Amino acid sequence: MTGARAGWAGFAAMIAAGVLLLVGLPMVTDLFGLVQATLFVAMAVLALSQGFIWGYGGIMSFGQSAFFGLGAYTYAVATINLGDSTLPVLLTIAIPAAFAALLGYFMFYGRISDAYVGVITLTVTVILFNVMNSTAGDAYHIGAAQLGGFNGIPSVPPLNWPGDPSAALDPQQIWYFAAGVLILVYALLRGILASRYGRVVVAIRENETRAMLLGYDPRLYKLLTFTIGGAVAGIAGCLYVNWSGFISPPVFGLAQSAQIIIFALLGGLGTLLGPIIGAVAVQYLINAIGTQQTLNANLLLGVILMGFVLLVPQGVVPAARVLLRGLLDRGRGVRVTEAAERRA
Amino acid sequence: MTVVPLLTARGLTMRFGGVTAVDAVDLTLGEVELRCLIGPNGAGKSTFFKMLTGQLQPSAGEIRFRGQDITGAKTHRIARLGVGIKTQVPNVFNGLSVRENVFIAASRMGSMRRARQLAEAAMDRLGLGPIAHRLVGQLAHGQRQWVEIGTVLAQDPELILLDEPAAGMTHEEVVRTSALIREINRTHALIVVEHDMQFIRMIAKTVTVFNQGRILVEDHVDRVLADQRVRDVYLGKQAA
Repeated sequence: MTGARAGWAGFAAMIAAGVLLLVGLPMVTDLFGLVQATLFVAMAVLALSQGFIWGYGGIMSFGQSAFFGLGAYTYAVATINLGDSTLPVLLTIAIPAAFAALLGYFMFYGRISDAYVGVITLTVTVILFNVMNSTAGDAYHIGAAQLGGFNGIPSVPPLNWPGDPSAALDPQQIWYFAAGVLILVYALLRGILASRYGRVVVAIRENETRAMLLGYDPRLYKLLTFTIGGAVAGIAGCLYVNWSGFISPPVFGLAQSAQIIIFALLGGLGTLLGPIIGAVAVQYLINAIGTQQTLNANLLLGVILMGFVLLVPQGVVPAARVLLRGLLDRGRGVRVTEAAERRA
Repeated sequence: MTVVPLLTARGLTMRFGGVTAVDAVDLTLGEVELRCLIGPNGAGKSTFFKMLTGQLQPSAGEIRFRGQDITGAKTHRIARLGVGIKTQVPNVFNGLSVRENVFIAASRMGSMRRARQLAEAAMDRLGLGPIAHRLVGQLAHGQRQWVEIGTVLAQDPELILLDEPAAGMTHEEVVRTSALIREINRTHALIVVEHDMQFIRMIAKTVTVFNQGRILVEDHVDRVLADQRVRDVYLGKQAA
């Protein structure tokens, strides 16, 4: 059981690193840096949702942005109406999850093929984009919240202490919240993957027929996985709108969907750390390019993606793992050969 | 009261467009019986297995497992009733270790601890211990077959279907497999599809011969292998 022990050690190290960042970053960076880091963390949570359903569940969703945007809009609309942000935060998990469950039910119980799951999820996010885009004018409102069409919803109230709408969180507190959510989501997904359910999810990715022949119903497992992915993307949307303070239809856009996939691909499928690293690195690059305006961000993203697909198709984290293991084995191998020589 | 057989198929038929792959097959299997299915390629043996496990919906006919109608039931439901199958082309979890493969099979019911015990027992039985940590995708064909048989045993089924369990195995492995099948048969019923006549001789009691989707003959192994019709359709070249 050394594997299990190493797993626990790795998990503990990751959580410790997360907590260290959560506490330490405000001490070493200014407010601007912290606000940027909040965006990175929101994107990392979003990337985790893709990494979980795609890398482990084998579900190719081209439309995680649908749940991300839904979470963001849910937060905006609910907080404007309710004043207090406590219930809205829970709704940003529940509503995207419910939507994912509904969509997933038709996709997985309809037994459509993997390629069509990609097509349908992509279409759904494009539909949501177009719907939100056409809500300009006073007629389109949910309660007190004007949806605002392409201009979106401005001045979304930030998070407040539970039950006290007047005690809004400042950007530093929002950082603590966001980083806390990331750590929690990571820990939760790790727990899920270590459970029997999580292991069956991976088994279904590996061979759906064998899983069925062993008595598992892949439809149910995929539906659950997709729903969890929707919930995680939803809370990422909540973090995102708290970072930006406003929300508009491009959260549902194709560029956003593509970015999520790039996060997961660069970082490495079949890992949780990979998507986090991918999201932070790519978002950092996008921000850096955005400030100097000489290069088109999408162009560069495309080039980076092609480079990775050609050179490091498995992604950063798996490649690093293989490299590290190789070095370790070589070290061990030398010792074994030396021992053999001594014996000879 | 009459004894309810473990498995009965009545008039089982599978048509693919104009082709009738399995044509009104009747087959009865008792508890703890070992049955061998032989027949030339395309005789409908694997199609028959696919109908038994719900991977194909029969065009006509009826399948009963311990008296319960399972015709056209979902694959995972049939598996839960206690039907395990090793498919012709190994269906394994290539990206997972041997231990994980067997564990997944064992863990459908009961606690994680119970699953671990079942998995360890199945691996011991098959001697998979030394390769437990290896990725199944990297193993040789024969070893992959063993892993698949291991998963089938770990799920603790009542009826075990083996589709060409000895294919691609070395002679030594074939001998081990036949010993294993006889051992499993002390407590479980099996249906084994196989082409290797030496292997059939090692394990078989009753043999059912498929030809062009129908049952040609069903009898004791010695009489079947001596049957001229069987030789004509199938054994001609390789009669041992």
